[in-house]
Amino acid sequence: MSSTSVSMTVNGQKVSKTVPARTLLVTFLREHLGLTGTHIGCDTSQCGACNVHVDDKCVKSCTMLAAQADGTSIKTIEGVAKDGELHPMQLAFKQNHALQCGFCTPGMVMTAIDFAKNHQNPDEQEIRNHLEGNFCRCTGYHNIVKAISDGTKAMHNK
Amino acid sequence: MYEFDYLKVSSINEAVSKFKELDDPRYLAGGHTLLPTMKQRLASPSHLVDISNIPDIIGISTNNNEVSIGSATTHHAVATSETINNLIPALAALANEIGDPQVRIRGTIGGSLANNDPAADYPAAALALKATIVTSEREISCDDFFVDLFETALNEGELITSVKFTVPQKASYVKFPNPASRYAIVGVMYAEFEEGARIAVTGAAPCVFRAHEMEEALKRGEELPEIIAEGLNSDIHAGAEYRAHLVKVMTKRAIENAK
Repeated sequence: MSSTSVSMTVNGQKVSKTVPARTLLVTFLREHLGLTGTHIGCDTSQCGACNVHVDDKCVKSCTMLAAQADGTSIKTIEGVAKDGELHPMQLAFKQNHALQCGFCTPGMVMTAIDFAKNHQNPDEQEIRNHLEGNFCRCTGYHNIVKAISDGTKAMHNK
Repeated sequence: MYEFDYLKVSSINEAVSKFKELDDPRYLAGGHTLLPTMKQRLASPSHLVDISNIPDIIGISTNNNEVSIGSATTHHAVATSETINNLIPALAALANEIGDPQVRIRGTIGGSLANNDPAADYPAAALALKATIVTSEREISCDDFFVDLFETALNEGELITSVKFTVPQKASYVKFPNPASRYAIVGVMYAEFEEGARIAVTGAAPCVFRAHEMEEALKRGEELPEIIAEGLNSDIHAGAEYRAHLVKVMTKRAIENAK
């Protein structure tokens, strides 16, 4: 089998593994590292359930090879809470009831944190535009938009 | 996905020479078309040659009346580039409407042009903005580059290295997106130059094309003519007659919005 060696930092920890070349980043995270918080939804680069941060950029990990992430620093949903305390964006999702089944939530939160870094005081339309690549089939997005608005403020006010 | 081998290259020469040595390779940049295609088993390359880390094909520069964009430059980089927002704001706006934020952070201009998807946005920009496609072998005029559905003038193993756009007097891109996929059902890039306007249409036909009749009508100061539906795409999303109608409507809007 054609394999390749990959080394990266995942949630602050260095990992090195030899994997089949065709291993997707999302498969690497879930099956090789056991980080199952990152979900596979559509598997066609549309739904955003697999979104993670690669070198501080939010990407769809189902549309990137583990080999392409060699040498990068990755953050997944497992890495956003600190010392058992929810990240301000996670807290905002909880407080705004921004999830029902929760399947899309890890990807939503990763997108939201990335968005908040580049927006101080976004309006509703900016948030909705930025959710173009994240699907939620339960909530109708309303509470997610509210949560991202609150979470963004909380991230900038701390 | 079928099995394949993966290798990274760090220069244009290395990319081209590796490509020649291998059995059935493909270049990989952002991978936002190639990887989904491979997942569907519609492509099964023996090797992926990763060109996304070649410094020479990333970045944006200007020279006289041209803006040059390296082929591995992402849509996000184009959308947020100060240079492009100043010189060709319509091109930055077009890049900012491709896919979604995560697609734009990975997808590249070279990949989009080489793929020549009939509904992709960049081919319309290249054709309207008198682009020159620079490759590992030669320079190709946009008028010769787009051949047919998913087909370009590129030879096997020929790598796009940059794209040179001509700065127009003003321009605008207006698209009528498919509400589900956001690909263009019809997209029109309108660009004004000293010698007249160029109107490039994507989404409507099997391949991007210039609306010569409309360009001529504008030159003569006449009303825009009706577009003939024959030969246009017709599918569950939009019939050919509806697409023909949209071409005219999107063109009118693009002319009004041009800046």
